[in-house]
Amino acid sequence: MREIDLAIVGGGPAGMAAAIAARNKGVENIVIFERDSRMGGILNQCIHNGFGLHTFKEELTGPEYAERYADRVREMDIPVETDTMVLDISKDRVVTILNRGRGVEEVRAKAVILAMGCRERPRGALNIPGYRPQGVYTAGTAQKLVNCEGYVPGREVVILGSGDIGLIMARRMTLEGAHVAAVAELMPYSSGLKRNIVQCLEDYDIPLLLSHTVIDIKGKEKLEGVVIAQVDSKNAPIAGTEQFYPCDTLLLSCGLIPENELSKNCGIDIDPRTNGPIVDEGLETSIDGVFACGNVLHVHDLVDFVSEESARAGESAAAYISKGCKADDSTAVKVIPQNGVRYTVPSEIHTDDLLCDVHIRFRVTGVFKDCAIVIKSGENELLRRKSRILVPSEMLDIIIKQDKLAGTSDDITVSIEEV
Amino acid sequence: MYDVVIIGGGVTGCAAAAELSKYELSVCVIEKESDVCEGTSKANSAIVHAGFDAEPGTLKARLNVRGNEMIHELYKKLDFAFKNNGAMVLCFDEAQLPELEKLKAKGEKNGVAGLEILTGEQAREREPQLSAEVKFALYAPTSGIVCPFEMTLAFAENAFENGAEFRLGTEVTAIENTDGGYKVVTDKGTFESRAVFNCAGVYADKISAMVGADSFTITPRKGEYMLLDKEAGGIVKHTIFQLPTKMGKGILVTPTVHGNLLVGPTAENIDDKENTATTSAGLAEVRAKGSLSVEGLPFNKVITAFTGLRAVGDTHDFIIDQPVEGFFNAAGIESPGLTSAPAIAEYMREMLSEFMDLKPKADYKDTRRGVVHFAELSREEQNALIKEKPEYGNIVCRCETITEGEILDAIERPLGATTLDGVKRRTRAGMGRCQAGFCSPRTIMLLSEKLGCGIGEVRKNGRKGEKD
Repeated sequence: MREIDLAIVGGGPAGMAAAIAARNKGVENIVIFERDSRMGGILNQCIHNGFGLHTFKEELTGPEYAERYADRVREMDIPVETDTMVLDISKDRVVTILNRGRGVEEVRAKAVILAMGCRERPRGALNIPGYRPQGVYTAGTAQKLVNCEGYVPGREVVILGSGDIGLIMARRMTLEGAHVAAVAELMPYSSGLKRNIVQCLEDYDIPLLLSHTVIDIKGKEKLEGVVIAQVDSKNAPIAGTEQFYPCDTLLLSCGLIPENELSKNCGIDIDPRTNGPIVDEGLETSIDGVFACGNVLHVHDLVDFVSEESARAGESAAAYISKGCKADDSTAVKVIPQNGVRYTVPSEIHTDDLLCDVHIRFRVTGVFKDCAIVIKSGENELLRRKSRILVPSEMLDIIIKQDKLAGTSDDITVSIEEV
Repeated sequence: MYDVVIIGGGVTGCAAAAELSKYELSVCVIEKESDVCEGTSKANSAIVHAGFDAEPGTLKARLNVRGNEMIHELYKKLDFAFKNNGAMVLCFDEAQLPELEKLKAKGEKNGVAGLEILTGEQAREREPQLSAEVKFALYAPTSGIVCPFEMTLAFAENAFENGAEFRLGTEVTAIENTDGGYKVVTDKGTFESRAVFNCAGVYADKISAMVGADSFTITPRKGEYMLLDKEAGGIVKHTIFQLPTKMGKGILVTPTVHGNLLVGPTAENIDDKENTATTSAGLAEVRAKGSLSVEGLPFNKVITAFTGLRAVGDTHDFIIDQPVEGFFNAAGIESPGLTSAPAIAEYMREMLSEFMDLKPKADYKDTRRGVVHFAELSREEQNALIKEKPEYGNIVCRCETITEGEILDAIERPLGATTLDGVKRRTRAGMGRCQAGFCSPRTIMLLSEKLGCGIGEVRKNGRKGEKD
């Protein structure tokens, strides 16, 4: 069996950043396994700009952002096995891979980094009644068809869900000559970033219908239209508000789900709030030597944060490999999301033996105005940060200084307080 | 001039074609959709019923039990997925015990083996997730689950390989009498035939009326279902029914043969023979009634919902007859139609043998090989396959682990797929939890390349996708 130091599952932004960081920390024998024929992951179909403002202080397109990291991976001579699908990861880190040319093979790794990304919530999971005609796509599927295959799936478009890919596709379809009649969002707030609402909808006069949803899909073979209705505070359609929108294309942008089939089969504990692995401050999962980062861990808003987080996973894996054992086997305190906080990553911290400052990343459960983010260890307030507005579409990232956490044995709570 | 034209490429028509292809007959299946298995056969509970439900002495009772027996053998020869998982019929009220006993007696009269009444505790011992409200259950060990697409395709491909012709995307508009039989008029020309089998599902009344036999009507009975992720597939092992009502066998909860969990169907008689839309009321009913059998069903793991139409006749039995010489009906094939299909085919062949001489075909092939499923092979077999055809080393559908090799097989095999849904039914690509979000652009490219058409011409389903 082939033996390597570090196996990285996925060659998107997370996998590439993790590989570079691990190599910088001295890990020699790294392999990135990528199922596509090239690195970059989902960025390859994100041809719009807006990537890299934090990382490179300039505005790049998705492929450009990916290429910066891919170039670095090549410069560092980190092997990338493309067209290679990981079929299984065992608890003792034997990775089973499938490649067109070489068939099925097992590789033993000292550490594994999960960087598989996420997928879109499909129509079936949304319980939209109606027919199942041609013309209903997730926004990302349509994005691939338009941007990679050069095929525009329709002319008259309705978008359900105001996730960022949906907003981006509203603009993209408009630029391709289609008419986007409306973006309907079930919640009273958008699930996409403010800048995308402005640049992709408002600039093109595309209406955003908050507290609205699609309640029926018409057309047996080809989509003929959808019925949109307003919903009440319990998300139930309000009778009398139904409106028919004729369209040949319905795009869905209703949430992303971390892709953890491999993790679950490996026996890794999953946080039901994020649908990603439960990790500690070093992004190590419940299985020794297996780390997770990027959208497979929790859905990020900006790729810049994916890169930053993934570098941390790469460093932790490097430390694990050099020690040859769990990075820290001391007991951990829990990080508990409270009032207004939906989840936190990490969900536990080893406070005894911290190597660096700790990022706590989280999202809020609703829109909060004039509030404060409060992080406590037991009764002891570690951090209080005032904010004018917090919205669920933005991932928040708070750094807690290592010395503040050192030796803490009480659980840590993260909550939002009204000011 | 054909010997037999079969109208309808659902499971009944395809099973009939497979049965007739054992004989020296020229057979042609005419189907209005672009693929076989596009109507009732693709949207049902996928149960191989034991046969306790039908009234003793009816065709339904007889053909159900015979069909069940046949499928227990046929799936090996024709290579489709079948599992003998057993079924339970639940009652939630002790006062209903006599009804359960009546059902058992009915089953025994129909010749169903192994029926047994269980107490609630005994039932929960075998099926721990059953509701605490279950008082008694009828256990039927011969009940099974099948892949209805694979089974229909298996019959069709077996018939095709034994010489039957298939005219897809061809809609029958009239049937005329001729000296030697019938002239079947379609939107793609006329087909002359000595005999006609009417296996037209919800349209069987319209087809029968074309030869003047209009004594029955078919009412579509809508059934809505929800399909849950494979993570929920292990919640029950058996097919779980509730005590039947006049409208059918009620809402069932069952694992599918491929490991998902299926909950449904509703039962609503409608007029529109094309109305396969789901409704919020229907799906709410599925959720509510399914939860009676198994508490806390994880409906947050639904991956899709669909509607099927049962072809309900007005005689309370299958209508299998010869109203006019040489014209045979297989109408009103509602549940247990899927189970009964091979038995209906056998029965119709017997009827046909009174009408024309049937001579067994010397070179008849009684086996058929389905699409090889890469994920089900051993490591050695997988590597051998990839060596032979590297496309098996490329996963296209990650949810169901379906390779490019399988998709190419589905397109290139006899009666190959011409639509996304056709590929899906033959390979399962797109049937997983992401519901084709990931694989559809790739499958579209493969279809476009192999069919020699533009990406925009590749269709999800429908009538205009057939190959020339």
